[in-house]
Amino acid sequence: MLNALALYRRCIAASIRAQLAYPTSFALMTLGAFLITIIDFVGVWALFHRFGHIGGWGLGDVALFYGLVCVIFAIADAITRGFDVFGPSFVKTGNFDRLLLRPRSTVLQLMAYELRLTRVGRLAQGALVFGLGLTMTHYHWTLGAAAILAFATAGGVALFTGLLVMQATLAFWTVEGLEVANVLTYGGQTAAQYPMNVYAPWFRDLLIFGVPIGCVTYLPMLAAMGRADPLGSPAWVGPIAPAAGFLFLGVALFTWRFGIARYASSGA
Amino acid sequence: MSHASPTLRPYLAVFAGRLQLTLQYRAAALAGFATQCWFGAIRILVLAAFYAGGAGTAPMSLANAITYTWLGQAFLAFLPWYADPDIVDMVRTGAVAYERLRPVDTYGWWYMRAMAWSTARVLPRAVLMIAVAGLVMPLIGLGKWGLAPPSSFAAAGLFLVSAIGMVLLSAAITLILNVILVSTLDDRGANAVAASVINLFSGLIVPLAFFPDAWRPWLRAQPFAGLIDIPFSIYFGGLSGWAAVGAIAMQFGWVAALALFGRWRLEAAMVKLQVQGG
Repeated sequence: MLNALALYRRCIAASIRAQLAYPTSFALMTLGAFLITIIDFVGVWALFHRFGHIGGWGLGDVALFYGLVCVIFAIADAITRGFDVFGPSFVKTGNFDRLLLRPRSTVLQLMAYELRLTRVGRLAQGALVFGLGLTMTHYHWTLGAAAILAFATAGGVALFTGLLVMQATLAFWTVEGLEVANVLTYGGQTAAQYPMNVYAPWFRDLLIFGVPIGCVTYLPMLAAMGRADPLGSPAWVGPIAPAAGFLFLGVALFTWRFGIARYASSGA
Repeated sequence: MSHASPTLRPYLAVFAGRLQLTLQYRAAALAGFATQCWFGAIRILVLAAFYAGGAGTAPMSLANAITYTWLGQAFLAFLPWYADPDIVDMVRTGAVAYERLRPVDTYGWWYMRAMAWSTARVLPRAVLMIAVAGLVMPLIGLGKWGLAPPSSFAAAGLFLVSAIGMVLLSAAITLILNVILVSTLDDRGANAVAASVINLFSGLIVPLAFFPDAWRPWLRAQPFAGLIDIPFSIYFGGLSGWAAVGAIAMQFGWVAALALFGRWRLEAAMVKLQVQGG
């Protein structure tokens, strides 16, 4: 296990050095990632400017939800590059054979494939919007709340990693990988930018019980704010809900092993 | 095609060829359609929640905002988010040098390529989206969440003209990104910035009418409004009469200005172009 961690650190260090080899390109892409999300938030601001509130929430509240899910997704997106490109770069080319030959788990090798530094831009923007939310609202933030949010972040990263693992697993069947999986990753991030109670029941049930994005953003955030759930979930649910993210990752890793067992090389 | 004048023929041929080629990517079309349904649904559910809290200050009815959102998703691939990927490859491999050997105007040639590329990606998705949001949803009783027909015959006619402007404008902006690519030999930074600016100022994220009223004249005058906001506002009747005609004139004015600027800068960049590869 320790050995695996050391190996992971060395691979990631190499990946970081490689990305910093082109500093201008790196700076522009980071700035681009920052701009995309900040401009997206201008749209949210315009709607609040017009309507004032949504489902009992103000702009500051939504900024907190929005910031949290942006930070979660930025971290997950940065560390799961190997799974993201799995179909085209590993299955289609046959490179996955090489991974199978090495005496280390395939999950470790794919996690160590690349740490995408440009996601720092999205992370910074998420943190900025979250900070904006903090100054605009007047919740009583405690250490307990900070701990809940840290757990939510960890659970959220686990959840989105699980989604990426499932997307990669699909590539064992479809070879190319499925763009449609973006619906759950990018689309899930977009959906979780607003509190779940604003959505129609079928949609929010999907986001809480189906792909449990609401369990790693909406429910723990309510607990951290000290607000009761307008949907009526009991107060004890919020602090433990992010565990659903780890559960989801567990299920995803199980399907991954199932997929590997079925893998037939297409390589040359 | 055989009746076209000899000078136009190569441009029409590259348009038809690329159109047919891009139409082959059916899996990409289906994936795009699914993604656009999902994002359309999120945007509509969020708008509906805002309206539920009081629509007194809204600049348009919820039904019109829903129609606008579905149209934006149906025609999404007209948003010029990137430089032409084939040209990116040519610049990277050095094959761009062959483009200069063709006895055609490089700008016009690339313009037709860009227009065929976007049109071919839009066609299947738009047909599916209009079938689902415009026909199936009303049939299964979800009509108020679906895509409504144009507000009048006049609106439909003006929309068609403005839709042509949208296609031309999209290609003109793609060509500007191509010029940046040829000048800098890298497309990634410019693409990332272009996509975010276009998403906001075209009206994709929220219809431009939702922004503060004082901004409206300025927002309608900038070039990206012609990609979504002008055609789709005309469709549901948010822009009509002389205001619509003025907006369309603005749209075509931007097409002309961007095309002239793009062609001028492309020729300048080509003079300094360093061909990669061996």
